[in-house]
Amino acid sequence: MSTEPGQEFRVALDGVYLKRGDRQVLRGLSCGFPRGRISVVLGGSGCGKSTLMRLVGGLTRPDSGVVRVAGEDITRMSNRRLFDIRERIGMLFQGGALLDSMTVFDNVALPLREHSKRTEPEIRAEVSKRLASVGLEQVEGLYPRELSGGMNRRAALARAIVTDPEIVMVDEPFSGLDPINVRRIEALLVELNRRLEITLVVTSHHLASSLRMADRIVFMVDGRAISGTPESLLASDDERVVEFLEAEKDQSTEDFAARTQAFPVGGGAL
Amino acid sequence: MRLPAVERLGFKSQLFIDNLGGLAVFTLDVLRCAALPPYRFRRFVDEVFDAGVLSLSIVCLSGFAVGAVLGLQGYDTLVRFGAEANVGAMVGLSLVRELGPVLTALLVIGRAGSAAAAQIATMVTTEQLDGLRMMSIDPVDFVVGPKALALLVVMPLLAALFIIFALFGGYMVGVVLLGLHGGTYFASLESAITFRDDIVPSFSKALVFGALVGFIATYRGYTSEPTSSGVSAATTGTVVTASVCVLLFDYVITALWGI
Repeated sequence: MSTEPGQEFRVALDGVYLKRGDRQVLRGLSCGFPRGRISVVLGGSGCGKSTLMRLVGGLTRPDSGVVRVAGEDITRMSNRRLFDIRERIGMLFQGGALLDSMTVFDNVALPLREHSKRTEPEIRAEVSKRLASVGLEQVEGLYPRELSGGMNRRAALARAIVTDPEIVMVDEPFSGLDPINVRRIEALLVELNRRLEITLVVTSHHLASSLRMADRIVFMVDGRAISGTPESLLASDDERVVEFLEAEKDQSTEDFAARTQAFPVGGGAL
Repeated sequence: MRLPAVERLGFKSQLFIDNLGGLAVFTLDVLRCAALPPYRFRRFVDEVFDAGVLSLSIVCLSGFAVGAVLGLQGYDTLVRFGAEANVGAMVGLSLVRELGPVLTALLVIGRAGSAAAAQIATMVTTEQLDGLRMMSIDPVDFVVGPKALALLVVMPLLAALFIIFALFGGYMVGVVLLGLHGGTYFASLESAITFRDDIVPSFSKALVFGALVGFIATYRGYTSEPTSSGVSAATTGTVVTASVCVLLFDYVITALWGI
């Protein structure tokens, strides 16, 4: 694992192996996510990005290796203790995972009603504010099935961050969103991170926004991780990284083009 | 090739014992969540509505039909012995002691039990239960417990309603259609049924069936594979397992306690 000296990892995986059926998904995955920083996990489909998220949330246990969250080894932690740890984590699932029997408002209000002592008017104000921040002012009374895929994910993001957790795990926040909403969500995540010093872990296929917002990139390939800064990723001569970047380059935005000019692909070691 | 067959038998037996143990642990977990705060009263009431109120029409209609058939068959049989005055007793005893709780359980399995299993299994597939876990909310406490307990509570109430409508169906056929005297029907019914020996055991039977259906349906949903075939397997598995269990337990209860 490329660990920078003095770097404090709020979330860290060390030598994690995981097999699903006959497929070895992770082969000694080691990586860390620094406190108060935005880390983006990049990699092709099926490389284990969502599995990494589940491991950090304690939803999946590794076959071997250690997963540390907020300084505690959660690998063999009891479910009861895991509930305590999870109060410090907010997670956006790839499919949103909103409760389909509740309205959008009740979904976002649920963590507050369960874990805070706020009054109902305070909860109402907070939920409205959070929904407005993800651009969903008019949908409070709708059910998740009445929303589009992108709106569903934005509502789920509002739910993930409504309690201001110290660690936020966001699985593919930009997929299915139009460019305006990609910018909006990106700005929201960056603002959250800067204002509350949240440790943010984002998995993404969206290279341009990843490079714009990331303090640290974890590139997953063959069940292992290559970690570094965005600049070192762009300068990497690792052929797997170069291949990924070249493929993404074809779909890149202006921002990405500008950044690759400054840091040409294949110019040095990661 | 005897060995693969023996291996298969061993595998199936082990799976059966695994599931039995899993169901026992799951049941204790549900009861623990129900006994400890936070109490999910509002969610419980919603589930009672889903499982109970929405089953009313099917239970009442089926009850009426079953009672009518019993009245018809009972009259045809008893009239041969000149004992048609006992139609009320025959209809009442069959319904209260046996058919009421069993048929209600089978109806509830088909409507509310399968729906509960399918809903929980869908929540597993769409990661809604994982979403709750990540919000530090125990899905057993929040989703499963209210559903299982609602099924347990509504079963005796629906069975009582089923029996009432069936008695009415028997009355309509025996008295209105076949010309039996109304007073005779009710007098025979009243003399045959006692509260302590018939009504209370019937209620207890329905309660046991309610527990079986509630825990089997929610367990099958909760432990389903997170795929669409997992949802289908949970639903089918609930109907088959719960129906067989209800019929087996019905025999065991009747054989052991004569109710």
